[in-house]
Amino acid sequence: MSLTRRTAAELGAMIASGEVSAVEVTQAHLDRIAEVDDKVHAFLHVATESALAQARDVDARRAAGEELGPLAGVPVAHKDIFTTADMPTTCGSKILEGWQPPYDATVTARLRAAGLVILGKTNLDEFAMGSSTDNSAFGPSHNPWDLTRVPGGSSGGSSAAVAAFEAPLSTGTDTGGSIRQPAAVTGIVGMKPTYGGSSRYGLVAFASSLDTPGPFARNVLDAALLHEAFSGHDPLDSTSIDQPVPPVVEAARQADVSGMRIGVVKEFSGEGYQPGVLARFQEACDLLESLGAKVVEVSCPSFTYALPAYYLIAPSEASSNLARFDAMRYGLRVGDDGTRSAEEVMALTRAAGFGPEVKRRIMLGTYALSSGYYDAYYGQAQKVRTLITRDFEAAYEQVDVLISPTTPTTAFRIGERADDPMAMYLADLCTIPSNLTGNAAISVPCGLADEDDLPVGLQIMAPVLGDDRCYRVGAAVEAALQSRWGAPLLDKAPAL
Amino acid sequence: MSAITRDEVAHLARLSRLALADDELDHFAAQLDQIIESVARVREVAAGDIPPTSHALPLTNVFRPDEVRPGLAPDDALAAAPAVEEDRFRVPRILEEEA
Repeated sequence: MSLTRRTAAELGAMIASGEVSAVEVTQAHLDRIAEVDDKVHAFLHVATESALAQARDVDARRAAGEELGPLAGVPVAHKDIFTTADMPTTCGSKILEGWQPPYDATVTARLRAAGLVILGKTNLDEFAMGSSTDNSAFGPSHNPWDLTRVPGGSSGGSSAAVAAFEAPLSTGTDTGGSIRQPAAVTGIVGMKPTYGGSSRYGLVAFASSLDTPGPFARNVLDAALLHEAFSGHDPLDSTSIDQPVPPVVEAARQADVSGMRIGVVKEFSGEGYQPGVLARFQEACDLLESLGAKVVEVSCPSFTYALPAYYLIAPSEASSNLARFDAMRYGLRVGDDGTRSAEEVMALTRAAGFGPEVKRRIMLGTYALSSGYYDAYYGQAQKVRTLITRDFEAAYEQVDVLISPTTPTTAFRIGERADDPMAMYLADLCTIPSNLTGNAAISVPCGLADEDDLPVGLQIMAPVLGDDRCYRVGAAVEAALQSRWGAPLLDKAPAL
Repeated sequence: MSAITRDEVAHLARLSRLALADDELDHFAAQLDQIIESVARVREVAAGDIPPTSHALPLTNVFRPDEVRPGLAPDDALAAAPAVEEDRFRVPRILEEEA
C-alpha cells in the first residue's frame, strides 16, 4: 500500500518501528502534492524544504533514542489562518498577501513539539468567512470527489488535502461549521472541540467568542490523535479552559454505543434538506439503534433562530476584529502618495484588500452594533444565544449526545452560491448551534447520497468538555459502516 | 419597504473605512437588504427577560503569572511594515495640516 493511503496512526507506528523514515513519508506526500494539487488547489504554500528538514530532525532524534509521540514524523497540512514564523500567513486575503508573521500560533508550536511535519498552508475562504473556498482571494479549492464542486469551507483546503491523500491530517478552524461542513462534503472526519479546548493564540481572529481550532483526518482515531496533540490549556489565550483535554484518543478506541442515549434534533429536517442526505441520516439512526443505543427524537425549538443570531453575532465580532487591518504596521498599503491622510489610505487599502464577503460582513456587523440598532439586533441575538444554550441543556438531561445531518446538502458546484450570500449561509444551518454554545461536535462520513454519489456527513454533538463522546459515537458508526462497506468510504472516490 | 437604504450602506462603508465604488455600493445595498431582512427574524423571539450571552464560557478575571519574557526585536516588529523610517512605522498624515 502506498504511504499516502496509510492512516496517521499507521504512519506514526511505522516510523517509530523504523519500517520507514519520516523523510520517506514526507517525500511521498510532497510527491502526491506535486502530482495532484494543480487539480485540487488545496495548498496556498508548500513548504518543501522546511518539511524535509523537520522530517530529518525527527529521524535524527529517533536514531538518538529519543522517546517521541505517536505522531512524530507524520505530515500535516496547516490552515493558512494560523501564524507560522517560517511560512507566509495570508488568511486567503490580498490584504495579507506575502505576510510573514513574527511568531508561531500555539497550535503551530504544538504541532512542531509533537514532531508533526508541516507540509504547507492550506486554502480557505478569506478570513474563514464562507462555506466553499469561493471567497479565497487566491482561487477556490476543488472537491476530490468531483473537481467541479466545492470542498466546503472555510477550511476547504484542509479538507481537500486530506480527501485527496495529499496529507493524512490537517488543521482547521470552526466558527460556524468551518471544520464539520468541509469534512462532511469531502467524506472525511472533522471535529470542532469544545470552545476553549484548543488555543486561539496566533489564530487570526474572525469571531473571537466562536473561533475554535480542530482536526481533520480520514478516520476517527487519527482525528483524536491530532486533537490531543495540539489541544489543552494555554496561558496565552485567556479563554482557554484550564482543565485536562477530554480522553479523546481512549474514546476513539472505544467504539461502543450500547446503552447510550442519542437524541435526533427534530428541527434539523424537512424543507431545504436533500433527500439523499436525509436517507443516509436515517440509516445512521437505525444503525445506532442496532448497535444498542436508545435513539429518541428531541426538540430544540430555538435552533431555528440560530442562523440569524449567528449572522448578527459573528459579523459584529468580525467588524471589530478586522479593524486591525489598517495598513499601518503590516499587510497591504494602497494609495499612500504623500498627500492622502492615514484615514484615506486605510479606506482605500481595505477596499482593495478585502473581498466582497469580508466587506459584507464588516458592514453587517457595523450595522448590528450601531446605536439605534444594537438592542434590536446584536442584543436580541445574544438573548437567542441564551435560549439555544438552554435548549441544549434541556436536551442533555435526556440524552448523552445529539445527532443530525452535518449539512443540508452534499457539495454544491464551485461558484454556484458565490454571489448569493443567503444560500451560502444555509450550508451552516445544523453546525451553528454548537458554536453559539461552545459545545463539542464532530462530523463523520455516513455514506453517499443516491442523487449524486457525493459524501454525506453525520454530526454528533456533545456538551461542553464532552468531546470524548463525539469520538466514541463516531468510532462506533465508522466501524459499523466500514464493515458494511468492506472499505473506507474514500476508496469509492474517483482517482485524480 | 427595504430594510436598509443605499445611503445607509454608504454610511456603513464610511464607518467601516471601506472606500467603495458606486457600483459596489449598489451591489452591497441589495445584498445587505436581503441579509438584514433575514436576520431580523431574531426580533420575533419573545426574550424580554432573557439574559444575553456574550460568550460560551462563564469566565471572569483570568490571570496568568506576570513573567518577563522577550518581546519582538525592532527589526522583527518592523519586518512586515509597509514603510519604515528610523526604526519606526512610517504612516501617512494623521492630523490635518495647519493652514
